[in-house]
Amino acid sequence: MIAPESNPTSSAAGARQAQMLKVRVLRQDGPGQEPYWQLFDVPREPDMNVISVLQRIAAISETVDGKKVAPVAWDCGCLEEVCGSCTMVINGKVRQSCTALVDKLVEDQPDEIVLEPMRKFPVIRDLLVDRGRLFHALERVKGWVPVDGYYDMGPGERQSRQQQEQNYPLSQCMSCGCCLDACPQYLKIELEQEDGESDEAFAARQAAAYDKGFIGAHAISQAMLFNNHPVGKTLADQRNEELSSAGGIQVCGNAQNCVAVCPKEIPLTRSIARAGRSTTLYQLKKFFER
Amino acid sequence: MSAHRVVVVGGGLAGLSATMKLAELGVAVDLISLTPVKRSHSVCAQGGINACNDQTRQLGDNEWKHFDDTVYGGDFLNHQPPVKEMAYWAPKVIDLMDRLGVPFNRTGEGFIDRRRFGGTLYKRTAFAGATTGQQLLYALDEQVRRRESEGLVRKFEFWDFLAPIQDDSGRCRGVVAQDMSSMEIRAFPADAVIVASGGCGLVYGRSTMSVFCNGSAASRCFQAGADYANGEFIQVHPTAIPGSDKLRLMSESARGEGGRVWVPRKPQDARAPKDIPDSDRFYFLEEHFPEYGNLVPRDIATREIFDVCVNEGLSVEPDRMCVYLDLTHIERRELDRKLGGILEIYEKFQGVDPRDVPMKIFPAVHYSMGGLWADYARSADGGLEPGAPQNQMTRIPGLYAMGECDYHYHGANRLGANSLLSCIFTGLFASPSLISYAQSAGGSYRDVPASLLESAVKAQQTRHDELLKGTGDENPYLIHQELGDVMTRSATVVRRNDQLQSAIETVDELHQRAKRVHLSDSGSWTNQNVIFAKALQDMFPLAKCILKGALQRDECRGAHFKPDFTKPSLTAEDPAERRRQAEQWCDAFEENNRKYLKTTVAKWDASSDQPQLSYEDVDTSLIPPRPRLYGLVGAEVIEEVWSERAARRQSEASDTQPSTSSSSDAKV
Repeated sequence: MIAPESNPTSSAAGARQAQMLKVRVLRQDGPGQEPYWQLFDVPREPDMNVISVLQRIAAISETVDGKKVAPVAWDCGCLEEVCGSCTMVINGKVRQSCTALVDKLVEDQPDEIVLEPMRKFPVIRDLLVDRGRLFHALERVKGWVPVDGYYDMGPGERQSRQQQEQNYPLSQCMSCGCCLDACPQYLKIELEQEDGESDEAFAARQAAAYDKGFIGAHAISQAMLFNNHPVGKTLADQRNEELSSAGGIQVCGNAQNCVAVCPKEIPLTRSIARAGRSTTLYQLKKFFER
Repeated sequence: MSAHRVVVVGGGLAGLSATMKLAELGVAVDLISLTPVKRSHSVCAQGGINACNDQTRQLGDNEWKHFDDTVYGGDFLNHQPPVKEMAYWAPKVIDLMDRLGVPFNRTGEGFIDRRRFGGTLYKRTAFAGATTGQQLLYALDEQVRRRESEGLVRKFEFWDFLAPIQDDSGRCRGVVAQDMSSMEIRAFPADAVIVASGGCGLVYGRSTMSVFCNGSAASRCFQAGADYANGEFIQVHPTAIPGSDKLRLMSESARGEGGRVWVPRKPQDARAPKDIPDSDRFYFLEEHFPEYGNLVPRDIATREIFDVCVNEGLSVEPDRMCVYLDLTHIERRELDRKLGGILEIYEKFQGVDPRDVPMKIFPAVHYSMGGLWADYARSADGGLEPGAPQNQMTRIPGLYAMGECDYHYHGANRLGANSLLSCIFTGLFASPSLISYAQSAGGSYRDVPASLLESAVKAQQTRHDELLKGTGDENPYLIHQELGDVMTRSATVVRRNDQLQSAIETVDELHQRAKRVHLSDSGSWTNQNVIFAKALQDMFPLAKCILKGALQRDECRGAHFKPDFTKPSLTAEDPAERRRQAEQWCDAFEENNRKYLKTTVAKWDASSDQPQLSYEDVDTSLIPPRPRLYGLVGAEVIEEVWSERAARRQSEASDTQPSTSSSSDAKV
């Protein structure tokens, strides 16, 4: 976390109340523990975003009633909405906290800013969640180009501008998880490591549980991205097989929330429609080739 | 089971390309990262990646010229063999990334499109919209995920690297790292270790860097005995969007695609920018540098913007320094296709559409040219010897540095779109060196003595526990803020010895205070407070290298600019007198190079808490150093004198040395 700009020790309530922001945070001390709310007063400054609000809270570490508390844990990285780290639920809406500008938030909801962790991933602490399942899904769909190796073999196949313009938007997916949090079919899967269970055994049990759950819009879209690549498409059957299995494309209820919340405006529903056609064709082909 | 195991610290472009290459060679890799590797700071790179290509070749470009531009842009502080090797590999790197599925922008015919970047006259830069770093990183992330699914790579994400493990001989036998959730501290034995942890922008508080770029991994290696080189060379990017939590990069590609930098000629002209006619606009880069225009190297563009705001008082706003970066003359569709990503960033954070209104930008700390000192083996043809164990090896045997945290590729100033190249190149090229090293050094990660691992863990556990117990009263976040302020004031665009001296004293005090931090969280689960406190403490050795290096370097070179030591423009009108001044200028230039064309090498002295500096020669054997004359009055005469001297030297040396093609042209 980087240092706040202004002096945050001036947190005393009272005279400067008007310039204070009320920030309510849903906290949780660890996995499986009861969540609880805490309210913070943060001095308002120009051009603040939720990241700078959390930075001030980290430096103050004091609630509105003067109680000393541990800083709120959260995840952030690039602060310019390309890394996907800082997803959380802000005033009820899942989004990146770096682009959540305070002036805008206050305009829409003047009383307070409410921060909650993402709802579909296990909470590690406070606003920090475990999105391992999201990355596991990328492995499930074999989201890569299966090149022979990394020696110099000259350039890849020539590609049209049209193909690039189709693939580039899909390739901008930063694995933030907004689409999953907003999806009615994507349900939380939270397991606890048992006493005496090794890390490896726990990871394997988690992976098995994840494989049964919905794979999610982001991974379906990545499958379509690689199926549209001249070499990536050699794995298309395997991807289609994965998308046809438990937790695959058939789980999608077509709520279209995913595309509405995607901060990168990735055409996720178009990918899902393409995946629907592609898996149907694949199943037909499989049927006739039996 | 694999014969070798390597630990890679950091999962940006350098760490991932190394991991993927090592896995291809059958080496098992433990990949340790502060963040899921897909979120590493490489995602922030925007503009592109350089390589000469079929099109530029037909305009007279070649690998040697890319090499030449890089060392000229770096003011000759780069070691030339690694740069040469990199330039010759560059086209191969683009080809590989193309095969891995990077959606590079395409021409109408389907070839990879190119744009022009700073410090060159050729369109060498391949790009994927304005999120090239993100796209390159994703391609590597995907390959590493593939290798992970095959079982050769284990990822340890949300783990903090704490220290290298060294045996009695000093050799690196693994690392100690900490799980940032459970706070478990664990040893990872290895045959060799790569640190690819990026830059140290957080030493300056706010910069264009991600929050992970705190320099702690490099600092921990430095404190363990690796040298730190050229720390004072910090690139300040000319164009960033000021913000209270971060200074967001506005890519050089905005200028590469035709963006123009200007200020109103009338100070703080109140008119809307589009109402200011051309005659009332000062396109200062284009006026001062007719050849390169808005695409002069970064150090020069930064100083010009700084100068126009600070010294000429022409900042667009009265109470916040900024200049216009104008794209409004370019067609919207073209802008969306080539620069969409960065224009969105501006729009989201500033609430203004840069397609309609010029952006307001100002320089910001951006890149660490310096870093861990790393070795290389020079080949007979002046490049690098493939597979030589010492390529990229730090002073600690078995510990390697790659990517932004090494020091020898970018000299005193990095050219735009060369960083992505240097990261991927080092990862690919130098990974086989670790295997040669592991084979020649003998032993194995399997037989590292348990006692060595235990004592290394114990030392880190002690540091951790002491911090939690801490009886001090200092707030680490506030100390960080003070450190950032003093570093930004004293060691960015303009450096003065009195300010550096006073900054050194302030930073010494802050360092002592940082040892007495009080943590508001003393818990043992996901304690971000203690992780930050450790990172903060470890910023000081690097901050001190930057300041001391800058103080002792009484010259101007690349990003390091001291107004008290600038070389004067020529003043004489009379041709003979002007010629005589040029001769003197060249004498002074040669004298200065004898003294300062050296790598600054710092060793950490724990007893005094200070870096000890020494100076090392730079391998400039391929392209003789020549004056960098962008915009200097009298440049033509100096160039003429210099060319004559260079020709004379060349003919004197021709008996003993083969000629190196067009290398000694004093072109600008």
